[in-house]
Amino acid sequence: MRISIEKNAKILALFAVICTTVVGFVHFITKDRIALQEQQKLLTTLASIIAPERHNNDIYQDCIIINSIELSSTQQTAYLARFTNEPVAAAITTTAPDGYNGNIELLVAINIDGSISGVRTLKHQETPGLGDKIELRKSPWTLSFTGRKLLDKNDSRWAVAKDGGMFDQFTGATITPRAVVKAVRKTTEYFNKHKAQLFSQAANCRGEVQNEQ
Amino acid sequence: MNNEYKELAWQGLWKNNPGIVQLLGLCPLLAVTSTVVNALGLGLATLFVLICSNATVSVVQKWVPKEIRIPIFVLIIAAFVTCVQLLMNAFTFGLYESLGIFLPLIVTNCAIIGRAEAYASKNPVKQASFDGLMMGLGFLLVLITLGAIREILGQGTLFDGAELLLGTWASNLRIEVFHFDSQFLLAILPPGAFIFMGFIIAAKNKIDDKMAEQQPKQKEANIERVRVNFDS
Repeated sequence: MRISIEKNAKILALFAVICTTVVGFVHFITKDRIALQEQQKLLTTLASIIAPERHNNDIYQDCIIINSIELSSTQQTAYLARFTNEPVAAAITTTAPDGYNGNIELLVAINIDGSISGVRTLKHQETPGLGDKIELRKSPWTLSFTGRKLLDKNDSRWAVAKDGGMFDQFTGATITPRAVVKAVRKTTEYFNKHKAQLFSQAANCRGEVQNEQ
Repeated sequence: MNNEYKELAWQGLWKNNPGIVQLLGLCPLLAVTSTVVNALGLGLATLFVLICSNATVSVVQKWVPKEIRIPIFVLIIAAFVTCVQLLMNAFTFGLYESLGIFLPLIVTNCAIIGRAEAYASKNPVKQASFDGLMMGLGFLLVLITLGAIREILGQGTLFDGAELLLGTWASNLRIEVFHFDSQFLLAILPPGAFIFMGFIIAAKNKIDDKMAEQQPKQKEANIERVRVNFDS
């Protein structure tokens, strides 16, 4: 009895070691490429909302971690675009916590004058066919932010049309665009208030990642 | 020998199809089939895992004691799924993003452990791999059929997003069957998947009945085969 248990335990352990080795090996040969893919994706998204010719710094490295309740309850990142050290725009990640189906992660690019340079949805779980129109692949809706400006804190135009604002909602889905509009507005307010501080800070978001690599 | 392979193919593709007869792996089946491309991606990943796990299980069967076979099969399957996930993350990033959480769910696809337990652990490598191929193809075909029905009814397109799987040239594959102003939601959401799945199973049974009527006297071949009835 005891011998068979010992034998089985050894066989099981052997299989566990072999399987882990195989997974570890595949992880080792793919990890650089996965990191590259993720970086590539972020760079493509950044380039689509802040035109590459507008800045000449490395926007991927020039970024700041934001832990501020004014922006979002979770940690966010700001990517800063400068042209020969003059601030041009910032792309800030944010989370809209009140989507129809959980969090919606957004990337909001704001020009230094406070106008929106572009908005993209990074991640969401909204209803396919209704709320997923916040993806640019499905609908051009997110482009309607481009060029808009928040006039003052009580700017009532920054809402969906149903609430008297200037952004369309979707047929059958109001909660999703409402959450996105609110998050973009919050980000803009944060940027307007803190932009001087953002651009004077030293880049601090790549430290951990480089250690990992 | 040839007959054995024929029988395996017939079992995997039609008679004992993991998707519409054994009803294994319903979770990924229903969740992912909203478009043909997603269905194809998950189907190919499942096919790959099924062949590899069947072959491996068959190779190691001599060294695996009966009492601990299930944990070992699970280990093998989980290892292959993780590898597939990492490889897709590295080489087909767009598709990896749209299949999202459903890739790890291949581990819970009972078709795979079902085949490992019922067939691969008792048969030589060649037959086991072939069984994996046929069962995988059977599952893939069901996924694609369901994906096509749901995509046509839901979005009016076919092969939308093929470039995520096959590269940029494939964006030309997209066919707009007809145009909607708003999508037919039922087809895209999970309830639609259940309903259309029901129709596919009904159609399969109907065809089986027709075939049985045409050859009423043919005797069922006597095959020893364990029907696995895990829930998925």
